[in-house]
Amino acid sequence: MAYTIHVNGTARTVEVDGAMPLLWALRDELDLTGTKFGCGGGFCGACTVHVDGVPVRGCQTTVESVGASKVTTIEAMAGDAIGRRLQEAWMAMDVPQCGYCQAGQIMSAAALLALVPQPSDADIDAAMTGNICRCASYTRIRAAIKQAASGKAPAAGVGGRS
Amino acid sequence: MRGRRFFLKASLAVGGGLLLRAGVPGARAAEASLGAFVRIAPDGIVTIMSKNPEVGQGIKTMLPMVIAEELDVAWKDVRIEQASLNEAAYGRQFAGGSMATPLNYDGHRRVGAAGRAMLVAAAAAQWGVAAGACRTAEGVVYHDASGRSAGYGALASAAAAVPVPSDVVLKDPKDFRIIGQPFPGVDNAKIVTGQKLFGIDTVLPGMLIAAYEKCPVFGGRLASADLDAVKKLPGVVDAFVVRGKGGRDPQGLADGVAILAKNWWVANKAREALKVVWDEGPVVAQSSAGYAAEAARLAQAEPAAWLRRDGEPGKAMGEAAQVVEAAYSYPFIPHMPLEPMNCTAHWQDGKVTLWAPTQNPGPGQALVASELGVPVSDVTVHMTRMGGGFGRRLRNDFMAEAAAIARQAGVPVKLVWSRPDDMRHDFYRPAGFHFFKAGLDAKGAVTALTDHFVTFSRDGKVADSAQMDASEFPALLVPHLAFGQSMMDLGVPTGPLRAPRSNALGFVFQSFVDELAHKAGHDPVDFRLGLLGDRKVLVNSTGVPNPQRDFDTGRMRDVLLKVAEMSGWAGRGALPARTGMGVAFYFSHMGYFAEVVQASVARNGDIKLDHVWVAGDVGSQIINPSGAIHQVQGAALDGLGSALGQAITIERGRVVQASFDTVKPLRMDQVPPVEVSFVLSKFAPTGLGEPALPPVLPALCNAVFAATGVRVRSLPIDTAALKA
Repeated sequence: MAYTIHVNGTARTVEVDGAMPLLWALRDELDLTGTKFGCGGGFCGACTVHVDGVPVRGCQTTVESVGASKVTTIEAMAGDAIGRRLQEAWMAMDVPQCGYCQAGQIMSAAALLALVPQPSDADIDAAMTGNICRCASYTRIRAAIKQAASGKAPAAGVGGRS
Repeated sequence: MRGRRFFLKASLAVGGGLLLRAGVPGARAAEASLGAFVRIAPDGIVTIMSKNPEVGQGIKTMLPMVIAEELDVAWKDVRIEQASLNEAAYGRQFAGGSMATPLNYDGHRRVGAAGRAMLVAAAAAQWGVAAGACRTAEGVVYHDASGRSAGYGALASAAAAVPVPSDVVLKDPKDFRIIGQPFPGVDNAKIVTGQKLFGIDTVLPGMLIAAYEKCPVFGGRLASADLDAVKKLPGVVDAFVVRGKGGRDPQGLADGVAILAKNWWVANKAREALKVVWDEGPVVAQSSAGYAAEAARLAQAEPAAWLRRDGEPGKAMGEAAQVVEAAYSYPFIPHMPLEPMNCTAHWQDGKVTLWAPTQNPGPGQALVASELGVPVSDVTVHMTRMGGGFGRRLRNDFMAEAAAIARQAGVPVKLVWSRPDDMRHDFYRPAGFHFFKAGLDAKGAVTALTDHFVTFSRDGKVADSAQMDASEFPALLVPHLAFGQSMMDLGVPTGPLRAPRSNALGFVFQSFVDELAHKAGHDPVDFRLGLLGDRKVLVNSTGVPNPQRDFDTGRMRDVLLKVAEMSGWAGRGALPARTGMGVAFYFSHMGYFAEVVQASVARNGDIKLDHVWVAGDVGSQIINPSGAIHQVQGAALDGLGSALGQAITIERGRVVQASFDTVKPLRMDQVPPVEVSFVLSKFAPTGLGEPALPPVLPALCNAVFAATGVRVRSLPIDTAALKA
């Protein structure tokens, strides 16, 4: 049946089984492929999105459960003050290796900073341990979260891009 | 710096792009191509092709940096494009074996230097001056005597007509401005904003998405399938049987059922309604428990073959002051890159185009051609960025599947595997069993050492990545030494996983050496220095010198001493109870790495990783320090994750585990600081994706011994055995 979900500030209608995970409505119905599929079991966090600001696993959240809540994905993070700071820190500190998990990492980190503007290492552990980075870029993820939390601009990028 | 002979050799290594004057695919009209790798726009923006697939090793940043350095352009003016598969233009294009640096560093420098020389020649001709009187800096040619200058953009079209130089002058490394500086990944902006980049993000007009059900038992075939119920499910567009050839190549197309929908979840969920009868075949009789029992039985007898026999180990054991025996084993482990296997295929007029997240596109192209019976020239491969690989994507079974499904479907198809598919249809790091015996003399020196290695065979030969080199350390350093080998038939596909062979052999040999150090009553660092002895190069067992295999004891001494200094090894006696430091070293992929792990073991046996120190020697030059440190830290943490929580269990010819709940990569709350130091040496630069991994597993296990007195002889570490 048809469901209207509010994604990144826009009402979008999808004609799907209500039991379909939000992840697949985003990726295959709405062509928002920034949210990644990693395991489908809620173990890896690659599909993390915000529902009313709360980080959830897109593979464990059904379309019918979303209702009138506001869904935010990585594609909207550049327009979010915290999200933009995290993206800038991620780039300046060269966090990604393969980069596949990083959308989910940034979504978890954005939810953390919205709740705890100056997180401790224990806060970061608690908020980020559900997000697997198979390349193990964890040291830089932690450093980039602290950089973004500091509110200071990271060192300017040095160009070179694809 | 070097002569013509080297240039010609290097040009071959990079596909002779400059010599062939091949244009860069996709070049816009106003741009001028300087060979296959470089094109320059009138505004001076330089586009550099990245030849190899990017799997997270940072190659799309690192290799173009090398061209940009010698071309002498500012990195801010460089744009990087991923090349498609075209080995005639680019040479071998693959991500494996930590080989990109040794194979391409010189060649890429020469590509850049030749382009610079052509730009200088064009400027000199326009100005009527000698090329030797001109210099370059950051994309501009200068003639200081006349005060003239011109940007590369203005010179590019004239430069493209200049004969390719037969010799080039390379920069003195002290003048490097790009090589040696830390540069962030060129795809970072796309990654952090969620733009399409990875194979799984591929979308084609009219595309369907496929799930593919295969026999859970390796080598099984499809007997019959009832697809009626599946085809009636809402959203399912089509479902059909795909037949493979049933050959012995585990990469070959496997029988299965393809289900197609516009949404992957619909297609995948429909698998629950499938009624398939499988002919499970003979592998169903195999199991992990069976392999272990058979290995123990084989260990009672003489090895089936000898890899090497030096001196008289039996006699020397008899004369030893003490004899140490130990049995080690390690499990199958999966690669589990975070992006599941996927591939998009589109057939038009009997030819297929693939968008493939593959580490090895050339063999992938050949596999698709052979499995589907089309000429290689009719298979076009575009490489996408990959969400990790670790060696999994050196095997291209998913490409053959996508091509086969798309041909039957008649529309473009994106095949996506589930996580259980990925975990259960991998080419695993093979398990293995080692039965050691060693003799120590009264002073604690190793006089004899034997290893009976029980490994696996496939079709009578050692299984993929299940080999042991006859020159494995401490061969050539112990006078009486023998390595024997016996094999068990294996139906489980195996393959290279990050530091293949070394990721297992490092654990067993560097753990057993640690046992010997403790039995001898020596400091584990001093004991290893004693084994290494004087600085010398141990030529590998073939007798033909080969820098990939010849072990330089001096380079290893240097990194071992460095890591001892970094970690404060000498002061480890002051560590609290149940906290210990362990050391290990390993040589692989031409890299020398020594590592120390400090770990604390709780009374319930839980292991806390406190700190890791890594000293590595990969030659004279670190090209991109940001990427280099990433690779070393990532490799070390990857190894720690496998030691703590990864094993694949085979029961009835199939894999038990399905996801990250039971096979566990390291997570944020487990990660210790990892300090990295590179020891620069006089040798040519070599690769970094793999060689930092092997020593970290034994360093951890040796730390656990130091903390608890319990010797870890099988992986993953059984924490129940560590309870106080």
